[in-house]
Amino acid sequence: MKARNRELLALIPASLLLTAGFAAIFIQRQNLLSNVSLTYGLLFLALCLGAHIVLRLTLPSADPYLFPLVALLACFGLVMVYRIDDTLARQQAQWFVIGLILFAATIVLLRDYLVLERYRYVIALVSLFLLLLPRVPGIGSQVNGAYLGIHFAGTTFQPAEFAKIGIVVFLASYLRDTRQLLVTAGRRFLGVTLPPLKHFGPLLVVFGAAMLELLVIRDLGSSLMFFGGFLAVLYVATNRLSFPLIGLVLFALGAWLIGTHTPHVHDRILAWQHPFRESLYNRPGGSFQVAQSVFAQADGGLFGRGFGEALIAYPCQIGGHNATCPLLPAAQTDLIYSVITNELGLFGACGLLLVYLLAIERGFRIAMLARDSFSKLLATGLTAVFALQVFVIVGGVTRAIPLTGVTLPFVSYGGSSIMANFVLLALLLLVSDKARRDPL
Amino acid sequence: MNGPIRRLYALVLVLFAVLVYFTSRNAVFDATALRDNALNKRTLLEEQRIHRGSIRADDGTVLARSIKQRGGVYSRRYPTGGLFGHAIGYSFTTLGRAGLERYRNDDLTGKRNELSSVIDQLRGHRQTGDSVTTTLDPQAQRVAYQALAGRKGAVVALDPRTGAVKVMASYPQFDPNALRGPGTYSKLANDNQNRPLVNRATQFGYAPGSTFKVVTATAALDSGRFTPQSTVDGKNGVKISGVPLQNDYNQSFGPIDLATALAKSVNTVYAQVAERLGKQTMKKYMERFGFDSKPQLDYPTDQMSSSGEYLKGKLIPPTSRFVDVGRMGIGQDKLAVTPLQMAQVAAAVANGGKLMKPHMTDRIVDTDGRTVERIKPEVQSTVMKPSTASALTAMMEGVVTSGTGTNAQIQGIRVAGKTGTAETQIGKTINNVWFIAFAPADNPRVAIAVTLEKQPGFGGDVAAPVAKTVMESLLK
Repeated sequence: MKARNRELLALIPASLLLTAGFAAIFIQRQNLLSNVSLTYGLLFLALCLGAHIVLRLTLPSADPYLFPLVALLACFGLVMVYRIDDTLARQQAQWFVIGLILFAATIVLLRDYLVLERYRYVIALVSLFLLLLPRVPGIGSQVNGAYLGIHFAGTTFQPAEFAKIGIVVFLASYLRDTRQLLVTAGRRFLGVTLPPLKHFGPLLVVFGAAMLELLVIRDLGSSLMFFGGFLAVLYVATNRLSFPLIGLVLFALGAWLIGTHTPHVHDRILAWQHPFRESLYNRPGGSFQVAQSVFAQADGGLFGRGFGEALIAYPCQIGGHNATCPLLPAAQTDLIYSVITNELGLFGACGLLLVYLLAIERGFRIAMLARDSFSKLLATGLTAVFALQVFVIVGGVTRAIPLTGVTLPFVSYGGSSIMANFVLLALLLLVSDKARRDPL
Repeated sequence: MNGPIRRLYALVLVLFAVLVYFTSRNAVFDATALRDNALNKRTLLEEQRIHRGSIRADDGTVLARSIKQRGGVYSRRYPTGGLFGHAIGYSFTTLGRAGLERYRNDDLTGKRNELSSVIDQLRGHRQTGDSVTTTLDPQAQRVAYQALAGRKGAVVALDPRTGAVKVMASYPQFDPNALRGPGTYSKLANDNQNRPLVNRATQFGYAPGSTFKVVTATAALDSGRFTPQSTVDGKNGVKISGVPLQNDYNQSFGPIDLATALAKSVNTVYAQVAERLGKQTMKKYMERFGFDSKPQLDYPTDQMSSSGEYLKGKLIPPTSRFVDVGRMGIGQDKLAVTPLQMAQVAAAVANGGKLMKPHMTDRIVDTDGRTVERIKPEVQSTVMKPSTASALTAMMEGVVTSGTGTNAQIQGIRVAGKTGTAETQIGKTINNVWFIAFAPADNPRVAIAVTLEKQPGFGGDVAAPVAKTVMESLLK
């Protein structure tokens, strides 16, 4: 069967899942099965079909499974967000449409994505500029001690989501040129190969600036993602384990320094280590969110409590007034994985992780099939950053690592996240099409 | 470059394995500990959202119901106030649960097995609790409290044919509605003088006094060692375990048959009978009556006490070397029994020797009015032969017609009973008084135990009239 036909067939289960998901929520809420769920399902299928036709026309040989897997994640995300808040889900659906448009635009405009190499420094500078925007007074905004978003045209926009793609493009193109030199011209010191500073310099400058900026905006989750992606691309480019190992040591040192000297970071680490310590639990910005995340998962068990059953907020009194107190703060973004575990149980959560793993596997496969170094490094970097984003947020809410706010790609609510990840997907498919089309 | 990519994917697999490990730790392995964490209010908040089923008396009177409050949260109300406080208990988010509310929590919150809740979810049913209809009789319960008239004590009345609890009154009582008031609960819980939150009917161990002679008489007749006509020397001051035992008023009787000795409650006769039967036989019959283990009532286990011999607060078997079997045979020694247990003694005799398992739940009804479960009468144990039971009935009738229990006589109805008076202070001025009975003797429908704490006087004078009025109410 042709690749695109396989893709078309694979989109159907995703649409069915969306239909079933909405139907389940309607039944749970109104105790009636409305045909609206079917309408949503058809709408979703139509949107995916549109994207599919674009792929059919422009990238006929691209990987057939990646888009359906992402569609599955996106539709699952839509259902989950709808279950948490209808209004947010409507916005999320709009972002989904815009994301698809951006996806199509990227594919059409960047048919020859190798031109990106030529603009590597422009891309790097734009990314660095984007990262700094949230600190600009007037448009930047601070949430929980971190400067993550900017206000723009009535919506909040998280530039780090886009910057991650730009930085990966820069890394891939830069390392394509210098990867041989990094290895051959390196000096050996104490049994490890140290890269020559002359060739490593520009890379360090750009990357160092990015890391510094992330520190300035206090976006810990993204810095972890960026650094991991950097090490992954560096490792694949040089095939030297010593490079990422040195990087890890440096990262550990940096993390220790920052962790002990920045109150904001120190709090996160404390909350991770002792979420049930009463003083931390009751402190604003303390461990309440982590503790509640874990409590919500504990109620999930193997099979979960059922769709729409998770308790997210409860009626309470604030200063003598009736109010609604959140039990799971940021349920639609940071803690969406806890809601999923609560409602669908360990099996549901593992199913979601499996879908991510399959998508990541396709990403790495694309990297392996690609024939030129830039394509390989680009696909590797994008996939690694995507995988790390999942690890950072799921690890955070399950208490494997300190909780830092990044979105669960395609599932969490968030316009920037959806759009940026659709661009990421478009780039992967562009690489894939080129790799599978050109005869050897 | 494909080698490093492959290794990178392997690393991602490891990272995801870490995620699965931590998720399963939270969701499954550590889940119980997390749910029990004091900071975790999830379970409480969830249960507040469930429409808890109501609890009703046997005539349909609502004893407990949930009222919807702001934000889809329910709160519990008890329309009959303190009348059934001990039996029904309470259920509040801040205080937890007690009594039948606690025992039937799963039914009242609609917790079913995994499969049926999955089916309910698929059918879109919200979790709502089932209602519980009890066997309790509000009219008789009211009569019981009136008869106790502010004296500390308890009344338990059973239907001997089924084991259904009709009356469970314990004074001092408490109004579950009031417990939510600030400080009320801790005030009542710390009132060690009156202990109003403790159900005296199931939890207090009292010396049973002469009511226990019914147990000894059962063992005597059913073992075939004695008949109602067997005579035993009833003189005052017979040495039991080497210490002289006195009869009431130091009365001395000559050789006297067991039936007359029961009617006149002669201590020395039954102490000698118990000694001759021995600890093994006494233990066998006590266990058949339900002594030495927790009652099988549908009530929280830690709100019930086992009846039997206690040494330094610990239950010891009747065969223990610390037990003075003669004095145990007349309800003294180290016996501590609950009113519920003594009501079961009367019920076993009343039901031809078959002791029915006690229960206060009659049926569980779902929101559509369908009966989900009906509690069927179950035999707890066969205590004695029917012939023993009928001989004993005649002897206990003698207690009421011509013995110590004449105050329990009811016009036109044959009553069988036994009085009990346990000295709590030397000098016989302050006693725990008892009366156990069943009626009508020829076709028993009620079995009852009444006890009152620290009363001046005898069981026949103080407790028998209480039993009489409650039985009258139940036989109407």
